[in-house]
Amino acid sequence: MSQPTGPASRSHARKQPAPPPEPMDVTLTINGSRKTLRVAPWTSLLDALRLHLDLTGTKKGCDHGQCGACTVLVDGRRINACLTLAVMTEGRAVTTIEGLADGEALHPLQEAFVEQDAFQCGYCTPGQICSAVGLLEEGQARTDDDIRELMSGNLCRCGAYPNIVAAIRQVMDSQPASQDGGTP
Amino acid sequence: MIAKPTIPDPLDRPGSQIGKPVSRVDGRLKVTGGAKYAAEFNTPGLAHGYIVSSAIARGRILAVDTAKALALPGVLQVFTHENRPSLPWFDRKWKDDDAPKGSPFRPLYDATIHHALQPIALVVAESFELARYAARLIHVTYEADDHQTDLREASAHAFTPGKDKGGFQPPPKPRGDADRALAEAEVSVDLQFTQAVEHHNPMEMHASTVVYHNDGTLTVHDKTQGPLNTQTYVCNVFDLSKDSVRVISPFVGGAFGSGLRPQHQLFMAALAAITLKRSVRVELTRPQMFSFGHRPETLQRVALGARKDGTLTAVIHEAVQETSQNENYVEVVVNWSGQQYTCDNVRLDYKLARMDTHTPLDQRAPGAATGIPALEIAIDALAAKLGMDPLELRLKNYTEVDPNTGKPFSSKELRTCFRQGAERFGWHKRSHAPRSMREGRQLVGWGMATGVWDAMQGQAVASARLGIDGTLTVGSATADIGPGTYTAMTQIAADILGLPIDQVSFQLGDSNLPMAPLQGGSWTVSSVGSAVKAVCDRLRDKLAGLAAGLNDGPLKGLRADDLVFADGFLIAKADPSWRMSITEVMRANDLLVLEDEARSIPYYKSQMQHALGTHSAIFAEVRVDEDLGTVQVTRVVSAVAAGRIINPKTARSQVMGAVVWGIGMALEEESMTDQSLGRFMNHDFGEYHIPVNADVHDIDVIFVEEQDDIVNPLGAKGVGEIGIVGVPAAIANAIYHATGKRLCDLPITLDRILEA
Repeated sequence: MSQPTGPASRSHARKQPAPPPEPMDVTLTINGSRKTLRVAPWTSLLDALRLHLDLTGTKKGCDHGQCGACTVLVDGRRINACLTLAVMTEGRAVTTIEGLADGEALHPLQEAFVEQDAFQCGYCTPGQICSAVGLLEEGQARTDDDIRELMSGNLCRCGAYPNIVAAIRQVMDSQPASQDGGTP
Repeated sequence: MIAKPTIPDPLDRPGSQIGKPVSRVDGRLKVTGGAKYAAEFNTPGLAHGYIVSSAIARGRILAVDTAKALALPGVLQVFTHENRPSLPWFDRKWKDDDAPKGSPFRPLYDATIHHALQPIALVVAESFELARYAARLIHVTYEADDHQTDLREASAHAFTPGKDKGGFQPPPKPRGDADRALAEAEVSVDLQFTQAVEHHNPMEMHASTVVYHNDGTLTVHDKTQGPLNTQTYVCNVFDLSKDSVRVISPFVGGAFGSGLRPQHQLFMAALAAITLKRSVRVELTRPQMFSFGHRPETLQRVALGARKDGTLTAVIHEAVQETSQNENYVEVVVNWSGQQYTCDNVRLDYKLARMDTHTPLDQRAPGAATGIPALEIAIDALAAKLGMDPLELRLKNYTEVDPNTGKPFSSKELRTCFRQGAERFGWHKRSHAPRSMREGRQLVGWGMATGVWDAMQGQAVASARLGIDGTLTVGSATADIGPGTYTAMTQIAADILGLPIDQVSFQLGDSNLPMAPLQGGSWTVSSVGSAVKAVCDRLRDKLAGLAAGLNDGPLKGLRADDLVFADGFLIAKADPSWRMSITEVMRANDLLVLEDEARSIPYYKSQMQHALGTHSAIFAEVRVDEDLGTVQVTRVVSAVAAGRIINPKTARSQVMGAVVWGIGMALEEESMTDQSLGRFMNHDFGEYHIPVNADVHDIDVIFVEEQDDIVNPLGAKGVGEIGIVGVPAAIANAIYHATGKRLCDLPITLDRILEA
């Protein structure tokens, strides 16, 4: 997709290019506060967060939905922010890594990731943690193999996977049983 | 935890910070989204660049039609070879600290296309989306020439390189007559290997944000393994003084070698910022992450001869590796085979073949990760032929000196790695015949291999500033691409001055800090850690001197050696009740701050007299589905001897992560070239497979005790590379044990297993 032109490219040279789209207003809740953004409809939620809101905790690792670094929670569900247009989140509640801690008190998963050394470079980490929050909410994971499978949309090039599983396991084990009562 | 108690060492005292499994000091920033990476420094008026890449592998650009892109409101400029400002002519202006011999690639220099995906234009616009859109409107016409991207064909013109890159040693001269010994050997194996191209693919894509200040100075946030390397490159290429370019890169989202050389997004962002007098960011796309350096494709032959009792009589290791047309990228692939085992007849040969690709680039354990698996698979094949336990065969030919040079190792606890690793894995329970450990339709295999890497040290400088409140700030212009440099350096400094960890901070990633070498080759702890130790030792001596000079103080007349530094106090060894806090010492001397700087210089003389290296023994269990050919690596034990371990928690993570890399190398990673187009066709994470969570199971890391006072004053060798070396061989050998199939082409994908 990065190779726009070439000798064999479409004969679009003759066509007039479409003008860039006009910006639109989008109102959504981000980490608990209501925001109105003026963004073009071609802006992804990921770029809106990183560039318009300076919430750079959400990472861009591929921009193609192949790595999970941009995982955020929309209405509590984990999604890839790079595959979501900002305008699609009108009226929705978006939670990013910046919104997980309660003031100075880290979210239990954030604590567990530090304790278990579940990262090295830290770049995939916000996505891993948001994904893990979504995973616990889904309540489908019971075994370590379940965690591995259900966390496989989040790549970690440093290879911290065993520690990521340990961190999630630590939080799962400390939670009341009702948390994993979801339907398999 | 590592050092033996036989040698007295102030670092081993109780309460020492060194050797403690401290959680990362930057952990909180990384789990809250507070750590800022190169593309995350937002600044008012920031413009965005998007790169257009070549659609052909070799030839010339005839025309670039930028009219439609430029007609869009908000598009600021399109830079091409036709409108770029004047750029330096001499190669030396384009060289960087990791450049091999040759002529470095120059983006937008002229109309020549050297390799596929070469950056040929930069669109700069008010928004990222607009720049991306405008890039698609640029029409380029080319005149394509024939390209050569087939290593087997290119190897017909292979040549022997010289000492063409820093740290590279050409293979030693042959000893004995290996070909004759092979022909006369009682038992022999002769195997051919291929190693696929691999791309580094750190999770953070390469990006540079260049902030333009009104006085014409620049602040550069770059994805780099060395801020000073970035600074030098920008200054040389754009003819700027060092005062006018400051590089600030506190966090790097992985690199594994990709940040050892300035990549073209840095050039592009700086070019646009300087020309447009605006702040500019350029971030590569994931497909563009396949447009620069990579682990080179390699063809190898390893032939071994032995007596029936397993004594090695012949070792032959030949390798042909790709390089570009413009530079001689070299790495040490074959030399290890003359170093690992005792053998009188050894012939090692290393050649390069030129192809129309971007110059390859160091990737985690460059050379060793390619060469050692070939040797270690051949050793396993020889063991199978001899009917010997492969561990026994390795012990039979074990060497205490480096046979390439005759020098003794400064330390080599590989035997201990074998013993502890085998015990932990349960190796003695292995049934040695292939296909003898099945579970239903799953064939179970156990394999092992040895790993080795250098223990290098470079010069480095560190500064330190101690406040009267007992807070210490230490700094050096290194990077932390993920190993935990912030944490390890903080521990070393806290340890020496006896301060709690939270009173110490370490600064890096800033070109204003004192000189540090590139972060790579597992030498940061050794190089920068030694500088941190040196500067803290000086502060220690200064404090001791200040305390000794206080006539009415309790430490009057005592020397640093007479004192212990702990919990912010200077304490007399003779009587612990004689003590002063750092604050008291400084106040009594009317000092608010103590500052110093120190350079660490390797023990060249003793290092020259020794072979320096890290070693490992890797044991792996695989399950191969008999019907589908799928492989699961269910268990890995990696026993590592790497001197003193500064932080066992982060070091374990490094080795564990490197084992994951080894799994990728063994089973998944391969950048496949479409030979008709001369370009990589699987250039994204959907098609270029790296291990995911479900691919990784139990990984057990053991650090064996190893004392070494030659490698550096800390005795720490570094563990960034050793974890990967040998892992692909252990897995390939386990696959042989499971299936009876000897697979020598990496990665071992399921089609290769089914077809073998």
